[in-house]
Amino acid sequence: MEQRYANCWRLTVNEKKFIESSLLSELRVDGRGSLEYRKLSIKFGKDNGSAEVQLGETRVMSFVSAELVQPYKDRPNEGTLSIFTEFSPMADPSFEPGRPGESAVELGRIIDRGLRESRAIDTESLCVLSAKLVWAIRIDIHILDNAGNLVDAANIAALASLSTFRRSECSLGGEDGQQVVVHPPEVREPLPLIIHHLPVAVTFGFFSNENLVVLDPTYHEEAVMTGSMTVTLNANGDVCAIQKPGRQGIFQRVIMHCLKLAHVKAADITTKIIDAVEKHNIQREVQKVKRHSNCFTD
Amino acid sequence: MEYVSPEGLRSDGRRPMEMRQIRAEIGAVSKADGSAIFEMGNTKVIAAVYGPREVQNRSQQMSDKALVRCEYSMANFSTGDRMRKPKGDRRSTEISLVIRQTMEECILTHLMPRSQIDIYVQVLQADGGTRSACINAATLALADAGIPMLDLVTSCSAGYLNSTPLLDLNYVEDSAGGPDVTVGILPKLDKVTLLQMDSKLPIDILENVMQLATEGCKAIANYIREILLENTKQLEYRRGS
Repeated sequence: MEQRYANCWRLTVNEKKFIESSLLSELRVDGRGSLEYRKLSIKFGKDNGSAEVQLGETRVMSFVSAELVQPYKDRPNEGTLSIFTEFSPMADPSFEPGRPGESAVELGRIIDRGLRESRAIDTESLCVLSAKLVWAIRIDIHILDNAGNLVDAANIAALASLSTFRRSECSLGGEDGQQVVVHPPEVREPLPLIIHHLPVAVTFGFFSNENLVVLDPTYHEEAVMTGSMTVTLNANGDVCAIQKPGRQGIFQRVIMHCLKLAHVKAADITTKIIDAVEKHNIQREVQKVKRHSNCFTD
Repeated sequence: MEYVSPEGLRSDGRRPMEMRQIRAEIGAVSKADGSAIFEMGNTKVIAAVYGPREVQNRSQQMSDKALVRCEYSMANFSTGDRMRKPKGDRRSTEISLVIRQTMEECILTHLMPRSQIDIYVQVLQADGGTRSACINAATLALADAGIPMLDLVTSCSAGYLNSTPLLDLNYVEDSAGGPDVTVGILPKLDKVTLLQMDSKLPIDILENVMQLATEGCKAIANYIREILLENTKQLEYRRGS
């Protein structure tokens, strides 16, 4: 509640006016076009399922972990997927330690809706023993540096970490066939998650002047803009989630125009994520090969 | 499961483009500055508005506009299984935020600097579309409180099941796992302020579903306008002029 106006106060009236008037002449403070993304880089950690995404100056880290739990009673054959967000006070002066604030909850819900409701992850394959044991996948998203557009960065981080995550293989044994054996990664190769599609979030910013639409708003633009819309869609053009939480009203044709733009951008980002994941996978395979130095001597 | 029968009827006997019965009542809470009850079929919501009044927490005071606060809650008895839900869970925090930002757009906050407006909405019966019902109830309550507004915001949901766009989903249709689009519009300006959607839907179908929900919003706006007019006539009559 208190953090909602925090970054508005940090900007002076002159700065706000400057941003707005330069936008009117199709200029952005960081020199981008109005429908251009900042530079995106995806790095992976040493462990499976950790990724760090840098979108311009915004940095988000995501970590995926899994544990065996009892499934929900109404869904005995499905694993679970939950998302936790952590807004570190280090990343932005308006983030306060303690319970997640409104913006943290909203961010988590947008990513959650995009991933879960569109069934991007196959949860039925996470079932080990019906009604007894399923894998619970947990995504922890940490904001390391807030320079605007956290939603898109966090969403990309979540997707990247999910794509590289490997869970230990399980098999059923024992006399009654009900004993669960978890194989350590050294014994059996851990399995990746089954991901049907990658829902990518694309955020637009709107300003009091109706004709201004900006893609991937920065921290300063966020302070000036009067409304935003996040569209989550996959490369096939299926819309998985939309979040336009009130504020500035816009015409329906503008929304449709934004959806079409978002489709193109989502396809771009999807290829970037897939490329990065593939590169990481190759690197990991290469590291696994044990070389004996004397083999290559002659 | 079949949500639209071959005859073109839904589980509760409605046509795909039909809305549930709506009913609204102004003045449900006597202590509040403005209040309303809004019903959409079996979904029933009560809203109370306090303010504009002095800001309770000085640090939140703004010198150029009013502070709007909103709290959404669901009564324990509102759903089929009576569960004690922790206050401030993620869902209700998000809905509170969405309702607040939607109402903020239509309230002329710059006319009431250094003051605060509180909106409390509670779901008494939940049968799908609680978010929309809450926004409609809040609009009525704000109008009842005499708070200056740009326009009446109204909201309605629509879905897409069995390859048919359906207006105003009930709980059974909502929990079917199909797409659910909630739209909030400013009917006079014809602008969309709230748009939420989940599940999966191709862009061109989404456009149709959104259009359907917008039509629903406009129908609700007409009804709300009638109710407000009726209420004003009553007030005038009681004044005896």
